[in-house]
Amino acid sequence: MTDGPGDLLEFLRRRLAGDYEIDEFGFDADLTDTVLLPMLRPLYRRWFRIEVSGIEHVPAVGPALVVANHSGTVAMDAVMTTVALHDEHPAHRHLRMLGGDLVFRAPVIGELARKGGSTLACAEDVERLLAAGELVGVWPEGYKGTGKLFRERYRLQRFGRGGFVSAALRAGVPIIPCSIVGAEEIYPILGNAKVLARLLGLPYFPLTPTFPWLGPLGAVPLPSKWLIEFGPPIPTQDLGAEAADDPMLVFNLTDQVRETIQQTLYRLLLRRRSIFF
Amino acid sequence: MPNVVLVTGVSRYLGARAAAELAADETIERVVGVDTVPPTPPLSDRLGRVEFVRADIRNPLIAKVIATAQVDTVLHLSIAATPSVTGGGRSVMKEMNVIGTMQLLAACQKSESVRRLVVKSTTGVYGGSPRDPAAFTEDTEPPSPPRSGYAKDSAEIEGYLRGFGRRRPDVGLAVLRLASVVGPTIKTALTQYLALPVVPTMLGYDPRMQLLHEDDALAVLLQATRGDYRGVVNVAGDGVVTLSQVIRRTGRIGLPVPVPAAGVVGQLLRQIGRLELSPDATRFLNFGRVVDTTRLRTDFGYQPRFSTAEALADYARGLRPVLDRDLVGRAEQAWRKAFTGGSA
Repeated sequence: MTDGPGDLLEFLRRRLAGDYEIDEFGFDADLTDTVLLPMLRPLYRRWFRIEVSGIEHVPAVGPALVVANHSGTVAMDAVMTTVALHDEHPAHRHLRMLGGDLVFRAPVIGELARKGGSTLACAEDVERLLAAGELVGVWPEGYKGTGKLFRERYRLQRFGRGGFVSAALRAGVPIIPCSIVGAEEIYPILGNAKVLARLLGLPYFPLTPTFPWLGPLGAVPLPSKWLIEFGPPIPTQDLGAEAADDPMLVFNLTDQVRETIQQTLYRLLLRRRSIFF
Repeated sequence: MPNVVLVTGVSRYLGARAAAELAADETIERVVGVDTVPPTPPLSDRLGRVEFVRADIRNPLIAKVIATAQVDTVLHLSIAATPSVTGGGRSVMKEMNVIGTMQLLAACQKSESVRRLVVKSTTGVYGGSPRDPAAFTEDTEPPSPPRSGYAKDSAEIEGYLRGFGRRRPDVGLAVLRLASVVGPTIKTALTQYLALPVVPTMLGYDPRMQLLHEDDALAVLLQATRGDYRGVVNVAGDGVVTLSQVIRRTGRIGLPVPVPAAGVVGQLLRQIGRLELSPDATRFLNFGRVVDTTRLRTDFGYQPRFSTAEALADYARGLRPVLDRDLVGRAEQAWRKAFTGGSA
């Protein structure tokens, strides 16, 4: 947040001289707070008019794992959750997102993702982040969630292999279910051009009412109304680290988190008057 | 404690400094330095009582040196990172590195006097890919191991070292995986790259990297030689910087090159002899690499004196910047004055 031309100049000086710090994951707090978040804020406030509830369930300090549903063709929901936690939480927490390797393979996107606080969704990185006391965000549906068709909206896909639950158990950190309504409608996927996707090496190639027909204009997201709710934390500390090696317990806990998010989504959908208001 | 030490690669910076330090230690009876070319000044001035043997470690002569001198500790540093060190291009470099190490290991295995073997490796053995974890521990299985150059040589050498460790469990074996070494004096592939008038980078990628100061590299090699640490250890300064920070803090000018053109640019620089980066190094420019140094600080017991940022600053001091960093600061001051009406 810059307050005047002086701060902006100081920021530019820091950038040009390289006088800023990054952490071992490549998170650049200076760039995130001064450029990335302010750029996303208009989208968050004016375009999607995001309403957040249950922010008090997110701890002010220390590690926690935020688990959310995934949708909307691109990971806009992840980015908006990050803005929500920074702007609405009294402690202005930075959410450290976990992304697929495709994100880090891509030029520009991969670079910005790391600088914005993302890292690869792998057990080593989750453990390292949680051990460092960070707030970690995971979208276990992965590409299956973002790439699903519009008619399957708000129906949760498989929650991976429960890797996130094992990670939380090993670190003994609470799991915070997060339900996001609104991202499903920003780019409604009517079809998937599988041949094109395979040619481009992508998990799917979305065909929406506007994309790719309108070119760059088709990349403008629809201004749906968003609701984000953080649920009560599910503690894992009492279960002990060895519980991570109990597949039955991991499966049950994964299902519990998934079911909580699914029920919350239905409740939030009833609360939202229409897709756009 | 070592009594008779053999240092390979003694005509190069780290080898010469390590041999000189060991020779200055009076508890060590003899220090034998081996290299294919004799050391030249200023490195040779420091060597003192180091006995220089001009030998190619690819040659069985090395076994004779070990046997006659009754060597008990071997510090193997003659693994070249660039072809210019060995001369004769990449194939000679590979032969010197891999076949040379195999000969040395064969000699050590036969020797009854060798008690300790310390080998310099590189964090390059972890390769580089978008599927890499944020930080590699010594036990991480690399998703994409190196396929060319120095890093591949080192990965192969580590394979032979594991074999040696199984056959001679009585020999204390330490493998030091060093991050990119920088400092006021040392010349490496990285310093060569940063010395280019414009530094080509990959458009849309800003790799994370760690640096190791030359003094810390030396201190770790010496501690490993004198101590009894066994196993593999990552060695890097604390903290991480991105390539763009390195370029800016050293006053360089970066030139982002689109990835499809990167191969051509690399080839061009290689051909005009300005750069000796292997194709794997260009992958490093894409994805970077960070290693976990917990083991260095706990089990091995060394805390680097220079962090990554401090090592970079010390290196930058000896560098004539293309872009004056004060210029940016002065421009900012002037602007600030203009904006606030001189009150700042």
